[in-house]
Amino acid sequence: MKIAIAFVCGIVFALGLGLAGMLQPAKIIGFLDVTGNWDPALMFVMGPAVGVMLGAWLLRRGKTSPWGSEIPAQGLHHLDVPLYVGAALFGIGWAMAGVCPGPAVTNLAVPSSFTLTALGSMTAGIVLSFLRR
Amino acid sequence: MLECTFHLASRYDVRMYWQVAAGGALIGAAAAGLLVLTGKTAGVSGIVDGVIRSEKGEWGWKAAFVLGLIAGGLILRFTMPGTMPTSAPRSLALVAVGGLLVGFGARLSGGCTSGHGICGIGRLSRRGLVGTLIFMAAGMVTVFVLKKLS
Repeated sequence: MKIAIAFVCGIVFALGLGLAGMLQPAKIIGFLDVTGNWDPALMFVMGPAVGVMLGAWLLRRGKTSPWGSEIPAQGLHHLDVPLYVGAALFGIGWAMAGVCPGPAVTNLAVPSSFTLTALGSMTAGIVLSFLRR
Repeated sequence: MLECTFHLASRYDVRMYWQVAAGGALIGAAAAGLLVLTGKTAGVSGIVDGVIRSEKGEWGWKAAFVLGLIAGGLILRFTMPGTMPTSAPRSLALVAVGGLLVGFGARLSGGCTSGHGICGIGRLSRRGLVGTLIFMAAGMVTVFVLKKLS
């Protein structure tokens, strides 16, 4: 059941990315281009996404989920250097490639030199991070 | 301020805003559904990570989520092809270096746009909020620098 739920959530997640325009690198780079012709669309994506997520979490936090583990009662609050450095590297890469992990995977549906390069290099970056463990 | 308002007005019509916001709500619903029904976090970088490492006990649902993303992409491709990317935003060399940094940075910091930005902030995580602010700021500086260089 958990596997079926994850599959459906993956589909809905991808449809959301598509409707929101987040599969288009131009939209991402336009949002980050604050000194140019700034495109605020990403704010209109994050707002409802966080809102729905927050509402669900506030209602169910600390409870046991029907098909899996407990729903976390608390967020993560500790701050450390890997967070700062990793997020900064992520942001630099995001601006260069115009995709983050969700779109990189979803774009496999339209294989092209761009989408395959983005997914391949992102996967390589994840594998590279294994060296740290 | 005036200029900003002008840009907003000239580039967006109301339908466009609704479509973008509806997309955001769907992303939130997918992440919320996974959390409420299974207790899991829909952070895509962590999910891909778990699939590659064939993480014990987690591999099944993580692989199913990845397949769901691709299936969703195929649905979009055949119903709303305009939502899919058609060309590279930059040279493939820049995309490759960027992709490498995206993958590595997401794992180092423990999350990406979905993990920190939506799931993290969506459960009032200080870690998610700080991560999101840092990667947005770093991305904005990078776009500025790349514009100056080109």
